Amino acid sequence: MNFPPIYGLLAEFDTSASLLKAARQARAEGYRTMDAFSPMPVEGLSEALGFRHTRLPWIVLAGGLFGAAGGFFLQWYLSVIGYPLNVGGRPYNSWPAFIVVSFELAILAAAFAAVLSMLACNGLPQPYHPLFNVPRFESASRDRFFLCIEAADPSFDPDKTRRFLESLKPHEIFEVPH
Amino acid sequence: MGSGPPVIEPSYTVATVTDKISSVVLTRRTPVGWIIGFSVALLLTMTFLTAVLTLFAAGIGIWGVNVPVAWGFAIINFVWWIGIGHAGTLISAILLLMQQKWRQSINRFAEAMTLFAVLCAAVFPLLHLGRPKFFYWLFPYPSLHGVPPQFRSPLVWDVFAVATYFTVSLLFWYVGLLPDLATFRDCAKRKLAKIVYGVLAMGWRGSAIHWHRYDTAYLLLAGLATPLVVSVHTVVSFDFATSILPGWHTTLFPPYFVAGAIYSGFAMVLVLAIPLRAAYGLEGLITPRHLDNMAKIMLATGLIVDYGYVMEAFFAWYSGNEAERFMMINRMIGPYAPAFWATIACNGLAILALWFPRVRRNVPALFGIALLVLVGMWLERFFIVLTSLHRDFLPSSWGMYYPTIWDWATFAGTIGLFFTLLFLFIRFLPLISMFEVRALVEPKT
Amino acid sequence: MNTPEQDSVDRREFLQFMAASIATAGLAGCARQPEEKIVPYVRPPEILVPGKPLVFATVIPFCGIAAPVLVESHEGRPTKVEGNPQHPGSLGAADAFAQASVLSLYDPDRAQVVASSGNISTWSTFLAQLVPLMAQQRVTRGAGLRILTESVTSPTLLRQLDDLLREFPDARWHAHEPVRRPQDILYRVDRADVILTIDSDLFSCDPGNARTLADFAARRVPPRMNRLYAIESTFSGTGAAADHRRPGRACDMESFAWQVLDGIEGKPPDDPWIAALVRDLLAHRGSSLVVTGHHLPPTVLQMGLAINQALDNVGRTVVFTDPPPPHPSDIESLVQEMNASRVHFLLILGANPVYTAPADLHFTRALDKVLFKAHLSLYEDETSERCDWHIPEAHPLESWSDARACDGTVSIVQPLIAPLYGGRTAHELIAALVGKGPQRSYDLVRATWRNLSDTEWETALHDGFIKGSALPPASKTIDRPPRPATTSADGMEIVIRPDPSVWDGRFANNAWLQELPKPLSHLTWDNAALLSPRTAARLDLKNEDVIELRTRGRSVQAPVWIMPGNADDSITVHLGYGRTRAGRVGTGAGFNAYPLRTSDALGGGTGLVIRKTGLRRRLASTQSHHRLDGRDHARRATIDKLPPESELKSHPSLYPEFPYKDYAWGMTIDLSRCTGCNACVVACQAENNVPVVGKDEVLRGREMHWLRIDTCFSGPAEDPDAILQPMLCVHCEKAPCEVVCPVNATVHDGEGLNAMIYNRCVGTRYCSNNCPYKVRRFNFFGTAQQVSPVQQLQYNPDVTVRGRGVMEKCTYCVQRISASRIQTKKEDRLIRDGELLTACQQACPAGAIVFGNLNDPTSRVSQLKRDPRNYAVLADLNTRPRTTHLLKVRNPNPEISDG
Repeated sequence: MNFPPIYGLLAEFDTSASLLKAARQARAEGYRTMDAFSPMPVEGLSEALGFRHTRLPWIVLAGGLFGAAGGFFLQWYLSVIGYPLNVGGRPYNSWPAFIVVSFELAILAAAFAAVLSMLACNGLPQPYHPLFNVPRFESASRDRFFLCIEAADPSFDPDKTRRFLESLKPHEIFEVPH
Repeated sequence: MGSGPPVIEPSYTVATVTDKISSVVLTRRTPVGWIIGFSVALLLTMTFLTAVLTLFAAGIGIWGVNVPVAWGFAIINFVWWIGIGHAGTLISAILLLMQQKWRQSINRFAEAMTLFAVLCAAVFPLLHLGRPKFFYWLFPYPSLHGVPPQFRSPLVWDVFAVATYFTVSLLFWYVGLLPDLATFRDCAKRKLAKIVYGVLAMGWRGSAIHWHRYDTAYLLLAGLATPLVVSVHTVVSFDFATSILPGWHTTLFPPYFVAGAIYSGFAMVLVLAIPLRAAYGLEGLITPRHLDNMAKIMLATGLIVDYGYVMEAFFAWYSGNEAERFMMINRMIGPYAPAFWATIACNGLAILALWFPRVRRNVPALFGIALLVLVGMWLERFFIVLTSLHRDFLPSSWGMYYPTIWDWATFAGTIGLFFTLLFLFIRFLPLISMFEVRALVEPKT
Repeated sequence: MNTPEQDSVDRREFLQFMAASIATAGLAGCARQPEEKIVPYVRPPEILVPGKPLVFATVIPFCGIAAPVLVESHEGRPTKVEGNPQHPGSLGAADAFAQASVLSLYDPDRAQVVASSGNISTWSTFLAQLVPLMAQQRVTRGAGLRILTESVTSPTLLRQLDDLLREFPDARWHAHEPVRRPQDILYRVDRADVILTIDSDLFSCDPGNARTLADFAARRVPPRMNRLYAIESTFSGTGAAADHRRPGRACDMESFAWQVLDGIEGKPPDDPWIAALVRDLLAHRGSSLVVTGHHLPPTVLQMGLAINQALDNVGRTVVFTDPPPPHPSDIESLVQEMNASRVHFLLILGANPVYTAPADLHFTRALDKVLFKAHLSLYEDETSERCDWHIPEAHPLESWSDARACDGTVSIVQPLIAPLYGGRTAHELIAALVGKGPQRSYDLVRATWRNLSDTEWETALHDGFIKGSALPPASKTIDRPPRPATTSADGMEIVIRPDPSVWDGRFANNAWLQELPKPLSHLTWDNAALLSPRTAARLDLKNEDVIELRTRGRSVQAPVWIMPGNADDSITVHLGYGRTRAGRVGTGAGFNAYPLRTSDALGGGTGLVIRKTGLRRRLASTQSHHRLDGRDHARRATIDKLPPESELKSHPSLYPEFPYKDYAWGMTIDLSRCTGCNACVVACQAENNVPVVGKDEVLRGREMHWLRIDTCFSGPAEDPDAILQPMLCVHCEKAPCEVVCPVNATVHDGEGLNAMIYNRCVGTRYCSNNCPYKVRRFNFFGTAQQVSPVQQLQYNPDVTVRGRGVMEKCTYCVQRISASRIQTKKEDRLIRDGELLTACQQACPAGAIVFGNLNDPTSRVSQLKRDPRNYAVLADLNTRPRTTHLLKVRNPNPEISDG
């Protein structure tokens, strides 16, 4: 396979507002394979980049239901089928007493589902990324805002894209090597 | 709490916020105060280890517990610590859902406090076992002897509730730390720090799409942690409420315990925040507004707790039950009555000063009241555990409980453990959530 | 390739050899069998089946009186002492002392070697020393030879002493019993309708107490009940059982007796209480009984007998016997002779006179004037220390001997184990002294009973007594003592009594007895100066204050214990404590009351001066609050106001009923019968390997007794009513303890037992918290596993020895249920009612505890559950206890309205 010589072009902005504007214009220009980077979440930025919604809530719901059902089944099975014992004259299936553990396991499973699926969808952990080759990118976690149009985008052209980015009046433009 | 003075001092910018907070860890020299505090805390932790080793070697008999008072300091401390933990979760989860922006400069260390407090709490149920080496029998694992845990027991509920609480709090805390760890990775000068923070940051780079999923996950976690935090102290209260002892067997306990937990937790947050902001010059980030809000929450939850005291007395009288009535009278005039009246003084009277805005703005007064509340809440658990146990149904089996030196050593030891962990946290991790404070100071367009 | 030659020992044979050698190794390792033939009670030991206990009948002599017992032996180790049901003096009951004797057997503090002036020596060296001594005595006809014993009823020992005195006519035999009890009077409580005790703890301190209590308790069932009046200086179990009880100073007992006697003889007393009592006694001429305490002056005993005579009771409820000769001289004359340096050779058999002799005799000083002193006793005690030779004595469970029960019935003491520490019996020592004839105990005892054929001998061993050997009733002239000049003395008095747990000090090193909560006060490990609340208030004394007791120029320091119901201005102290050489258990426990005891006032007297010292001594009581405070868990009713029906029906429950197929075990405890004698507590301790924890741990509230006897006082503190309530795991059907156990370590079994699975327990102690009866016990240190190897021999192998960190409690003696079930399954039948007894039930002299199958409507326990007296403790908690109590029924005199 033929890799482009660079990963993409990275434009640095001063504020989240200018980044948001830039992202909208880039999408309007027809760029699709691009990403924006900011030191804190910027409202509307992912939508501006064309990202609609995430399946995360459904995964979490499934996790929670699994935890609750599994937890209840575990207790019911162990108390009724696995090793039924007369404990204080209580019924084997003391379901009201089993609610607490079912609830806790529901929360536990849902929380794991939320965190793990967030990491998985984001492709984390990811030890290496081409953007880290740009020394200036370090300030993306401090106070600077970046837009990266990737070379993998069909409409990417090193010169045209650079000109387009310059038109957005960024602070600076970097070439991102692989 | 939406209006009023600014949450963060207006002079801060996105860049200065980051520098200010990260400098505590990355650039400033370790302050002498930190070294002294850490040493003291570490010494207490060593006391704790000594007490635990002695306990394991000699047995539970070195404590003051007996029959009828089979639960003593261990359970009192357990409930106290786990209650303290609740404020962290409340600040990070419930206030997040309520979009209380002022939470963002205190939630990180409040969450850390939660974790450490739960850790301190969790050691007690384990230590108080007669045979601690078999603690894992409380978990449902496929064992050779085939006997499962007994799921009707509130102690098994405790295991699940506390384990879930700790795990979810840890996840929540870590997820919140992720972007800040990336900041540290990027700001750190030394190679080792860069590697360690880099590994912990998992390659976070602030992508907009990542932020989107991150926000969703963080909100969902907050949504999960909210019922969880309510459930945990409810379950802890079940240890008492589902028993048949006079004074324990009451439906009042779950709300009463949850309120008490948040109450003591906020007191602990104040006790930690007030010295911290002074020591590290964070008055601009943890502002009088924060202190004022926390004092208000303390007042509100404290009044709920006071309502609990009144209702306990009312229930005891209204029940017409001999044992219940005697328990209440014994609580007020029996051998442990000083603990009861001290609790009333701390939790019932001292906090009434918080009605006055002047007191809420007076930092030393606030600190003093918060300390009193911590003492009061410990004493409350003391009399709840002891007065019901030491004189129950049959007068012939009444007895007294006297804590031993090892009871005190273990308790003091967990305070040491708590502060040791807290000092390490302050030294190595961002004690204020940078990315969230950045969002507060970023000028909106 | 195996050839037949090579395979001469095949695998099967080899295994047999192995099994045999392991079995014998095990036996040799843990116990040695006596050489002579002994006869088991139930099965002949043709083969000792490992795991199957054997039971032997024997007796444990106590102050000369034989306590008839059956001893359970596991693989040659005696483990448990129980009463002998066939013996008329026991009816199956054994008191705490007899039961605890098995612990003394294994006591590692017992004397283990023959000692000469503190140096290890041998029996043969001792015998060699005797030769010239006895030769010298032979010349002087034994003029310098004195023998000091305790009370002796053993026909063999009497025969030997008789022979010895014949051989050495100028020798003397003296007997010293620290607690002097008349041994020629038999009270027939079963024939008495009205009983009056005058400062007498008839049911725990008198000879034959087990039988007396059994007879009394049998008449505590409505509608035909006997009536007990008690007047006493301190609260005793007898007083607790009384229908009318009244505190009174011991020094006033004589005038009280005179008022009664005068009343009987036609001069009505002024006091309406006494007047009513007298009318009641007069209405029951010949079927009434008056008993006086043996610590009271002899004149009071005479008064008691005179009253009985006036009521025509002599020969009916009071029977005299005539103990056979020879009769000993007393210790006072011995001391006189010692002081006169007329004693050259003193042989002390069993007694500990240095510790127990009356203080005014200065026995120790006199003893130092004796040239040669030899002491035979179980322990190297205060007396051994001052003797030239000490010979370890064989324990009754290691000895051949004989003894008479309270009615004179002779029993053979047979050993269950060869002496652990090379102990000798008194028989052997006397035989060695005489130097001729048989020298071994067995031969000596057999020689006494040579008129018994071998079959009769074996029958006697098997049954535990020789039939028809009871002493015939004797007639006795009763001298009425002179009427005292003054009626009453002012000021404080002191009453000196034997201790309910360690008696005169002989059981001081028995840990079971030391930790046994004393009736009513629940003190352990200590004696105390008991005084009334009013006296304490007057003298400004609190519990545990140390006071100086001074009388007749002698003083001791004692901690105070306030005893409701104690007579005002009267202080009771118990003997047996303050030992200086008792052993590791007993040395240092309590204070020594003997220095207050003079030969003319063994039971104390007036003229007591009290001084506060300002010191305090902590006292370990297992019960801190004795007042009922209006609660109804301990109930009582008068005979005419019994509840209409049993409180059997329970509150409705949301929980399902669990089926119990063959057996549903249950228990009832009759509060009317209980006198708090503690026999059940020791029985439970012995049966179930219940550990002793020591005074410090008792102070921390960590005593381990599975069965406790609660004292519940109600009414005024000066003269309260007491209900003694045995409390043990009640095996709730809806057990609150089980629900809170996180690991299923306590669950219900198929027969309704609240089972405790030690191996599963992790020790959360939540079950104890949630037990409303607080009958669960926790091993804070695991002391049961820390006893010495020799003491471990006592443990019941059928019961787990619990380790540190686990909970334990009453199991309804599940090991006995299991053994019974196995036996009856082999016979393809159900366990019959009465066939299976729990240890406490077996031990209870009063028959207060009944255990059995609730599924069988005809069983005794089922019948009692339907009795109107039946009620469940804390029934409103709806725990549905399987153990219920029968309320205490009083049969008051309608003429007296004091409760």
